[in-house]
Amino acid sequence: TDYNDLYCLFTLVQFTKAGQFFSSGHTNNWAVLVCTSRFWFNYRHVANTLSVYRSVKRLGIPDSHIVLMLADDMACNYRNPKPATVFSHKNMELNVYGDDVEVDYRGYEVTVENFLRVLTGRLPPSTPRSKRLLSDDRSNILIYLTGHGGNGFLKFQDSEEISNMELADAFEQMWQKRRYNELLFIIDTCQGASMYERFYSPNLMALASSQVGEDSLSHQPDLAIGVHLMDKYTFYLLEFLEEVHPASQANMNDLFKVCPQSQCVSTPGHRTDLFQRDPGSVLITDFFGSVRKVEITKDTINLTSPVEPPIQRSGSGDIQIESLTYVDQLPVAEIIHQKPKQKDWHPPDGFILGLWTLILLVFFQTYGIKHLKHIF
Amino acid sequence: STYPSLIGQCWQAHPGSVCSKGSCGKNGTRDQFQEELVIRPLHSGDIYASFQFRTLWDIDFLQERQKVSHYRLFPKSLGQVLSKFSVRELHISFTQGFWRTMQWGQPFIPSPPGAELWVWFHDTVSDVDGNWKELTNVLSGIFCASLNFIDLTNTVQPSASFKPLGLGNATDHRFLRYATLPREIVCTENLTPWKKLLPCGSKAGLSVLLKSEKLFHSSFHSQAVHIRPVCQDEQCTSKAWELRQTLNVVFDLYTSSQGKKEWSLFKMFSRTLTEACPLATSSKIYVDITDNPELFELNPVTPLLSQAVVLGDRRTYSVFDLTRAETFGQLCSLNLLLRWKGDSDMLRPLLHAERYVAGFGLQTGEIHTVIYNNHPYRAFPVLLMDSVPWYLQLYIHTLTVTSKSRDNKPSYIHYQPAKDRHRPHLLEMLIQLPPHSMTEVTVQFERALLKWTEYTPDPNHGFYVGSSVVSALVPSMVAMNTNFTQDQPLFSSFVPVKEESSYFVRVYTEPLLVNLPTPDFSMPYNVICLTCTVVAVGYGSFYNLLTRTFQVDEPSLPLEKRLANLIRRIRGVPLLA
Repeated sequence: TDYNDLYCLFTLVQFTKAGQFFSSGHTNNWAVLVCTSRFWFNYRHVANTLSVYRSVKRLGIPDSHIVLMLADDMACNYRNPKPATVFSHKNMELNVYGDDVEVDYRGYEVTVENFLRVLTGRLPPSTPRSKRLLSDDRSNILIYLTGHGGNGFLKFQDSEEISNMELADAFEQMWQKRRYNELLFIIDTCQGASMYERFYSPNLMALASSQVGEDSLSHQPDLAIGVHLMDKYTFYLLEFLEEVHPASQANMNDLFKVCPQSQCVSTPGHRTDLFQRDPGSVLITDFFGSVRKVEITKDTINLTSPVEPPIQRSGSGDIQIESLTYVDQLPVAEIIHQKPKQKDWHPPDGFILGLWTLILLVFFQTYGIKHLKHIF
Repeated sequence: STYPSLIGQCWQAHPGSVCSKGSCGKNGTRDQFQEELVIRPLHSGDIYASFQFRTLWDIDFLQERQKVSHYRLFPKSLGQVLSKFSVRELHISFTQGFWRTMQWGQPFIPSPPGAELWVWFHDTVSDVDGNWKELTNVLSGIFCASLNFIDLTNTVQPSASFKPLGLGNATDHRFLRYATLPREIVCTENLTPWKKLLPCGSKAGLSVLLKSEKLFHSSFHSQAVHIRPVCQDEQCTSKAWELRQTLNVVFDLYTSSQGKKEWSLFKMFSRTLTEACPLATSSKIYVDITDNPELFELNPVTPLLSQAVVLGDRRTYSVFDLTRAETFGQLCSLNLLLRWKGDSDMLRPLLHAERYVAGFGLQTGEIHTVIYNNHPYRAFPVLLMDSVPWYLQLYIHTLTVTSKSRDNKPSYIHYQPAKDRHRPHLLEMLIQLPPHSMTEVTVQFERALLKWTEYTPDPNHGFYVGSSVVSALVPSMVAMNTNFTQDQPLFSSFVPVKEESSYFVRVYTEPLLVNLPTPDFSMPYNVICLTCTVVAVGYGSFYNLLTRTFQVDEPSLPLEKRLANLIRRIRGVPLLA
């Protein structure tokens, strides 16, 4: 029948796309976005992280798959002239804070220990799901770090550092526990390229805003807010990502060209030797978006029996009709006569005295009374 | 039917239309939702808006052995928390700013700056501390707040304050836990999950007004969740669970209104109202017009009026019922306008408290708590609860309570001393305040030196001490309503009223910011640099002197002699000197 022919034609056309369909090998996307700087003058680092958060959310990764760590609060900071906003362009064009942001780690919780625990998954059992990176071996993870850094280290909140070796070891732990399929690491700090020098696990691609010995520079100050709003590299990265949409075919080679030295002053670097696939065949949405791959099936599935209606409570007329009351909020008489309960057990009075008397008696019985003069 | 219908000229869903005919509330589904907004103009020109969203659910999480799986209006995340941790009552609030009682009066729902969490657990819980720890972690995930910093070093177990606000008779204080985080920041990331708990989200009804850019640009912002068991009906034979989400905000005259004493819903929230939440059985706005027409005028005028006795005062309110289509008028949107016409004096609040740190230097200090009783002739008792962190070592023998410059002995004192790094101080006192007086409670303390890992990344900011809580039964000038009715507005039915002559109020003082002796954290780096320099210069020179030998160095030959030497080497002849 012509229906069958149409179906065959359809499959043939799709066959060329099927290869591409399954080429990336990932089924879910995660993002870990970290801003490591505290204090108002580091406004731009929070704006950097929120810009990437905004792009990643826009391209489809849901909040439950994003672990956002902001070391300080800029939006509701008392120095912010427009509360609940964080701007990325001067003249306050784009509010990257938005209306439905969910920050998972905030303030003092952003520490090296918590960051490494999130990556390796070794969190205490009572940690809620929103604070965990629940990735598996088919997850593509985007990790974005920004803050102040140096040759081989990144500063967390001006009080501790993470070194490039620690980061490389954390990624190796993730690889050994099969916590990622492919990982894209972007860092926007001074001398950022030093942070990816020591990586040795497979399937890692890294980008940095500056080479060793170079400083990453900030973009433009806003005179109303009084601080620099963004860093140059992330500013041009945001500009690039604003043009990407979920069906876009832009690939990693375009990302490597973002912010050349003429715009950024520093030289952005990248590292692809540990990555299996050719960067030209890796789509931007493989890491920044969450393009769901849908498999259409023609099998039927039997649904289970419908939800039972809630069981009605047995009539209150049968059981005791005791009227319940509210508690007195300040029962003065009861409080005055309340005796604080002794929870710690103390031995009864005189017990210690009696014990010492017994010891002395036994001593004198064995050794005789003549030793009494040795005591006094 | 659930389809919107053309009533007049506005498209509007039938109120409560999601329930089938006559099946909402007690007869059909077992949960109902009410929303309410109270707008109270303040005498300083500011305006106070209080949102309350209440879900009442006739179910028992704790008694029914089968798991509750069918959630409709009550949020599932909170329901699971209640059943897993056997919670009897849960009160959590997030506040930005401090409530100024002398300028604004008493709030409907008081809250201290930062985050506050107090929970009553059920009698059946065997490990209360373990449940508390896990509960704080789960709540920190739900509300995107750092509630995981609540641990045993800042949790207290009050012995007389914070009695349950819900039904019940057994009040063994072993099952109560209280903690505050005065440093907690409140921002959009806390408002977002709070809004998601509402049945209509932020899409319909009063919750569309909750825009973060306006709410956080205010003098005071407080959002809270209160869960407790209440009477299901007037006979009070069975329990129902009540979830109240409250949001109190005070908009400042100068930042939000540019100094003009004119307020409207659009100016406050940058939005107007177009419909009620379809899932709500009642959706009302109350505007406090007790001082009308002398003080201000209200537009549009509504014939519906209501009187309520709240906080010891009888106030008159204009009621706008959003479930009726005619409230929205011809333009299908409701924008209330209030314009001031003159100034007048405010009724002084009867109970008011302040707190500050006295002393100088970084070793000792003194905490002063001052409580004012402004009633002209009545004395009443207050319960003062103080929770001080362990690193401020209180000397309780220096505790003095004076009223009108005479010693005032409290009738009940409960003091639990702190244990370093384990437990904070807890001091609870029942003090009788004489009429028209100021009572001062002072206690001296010494500041501890922390271990260097215990300092925060910004230690020079200081360390916070949580607010003191003053709970009191204040004599009321007007008889309070002790009958419980379903039609009572939500703002007057929050605290249960037991007797007519007084009302219960809780006043929070300011949190304290105390500097501890902070070491210089650049010290290790400087010490290493200095030591290495001294060692290199001193020891290195000494070593060189002892071990260096001197050799005579021949000067290098000029170019001609070097060439001559080269030729001589080739010839095999001895070289020049």
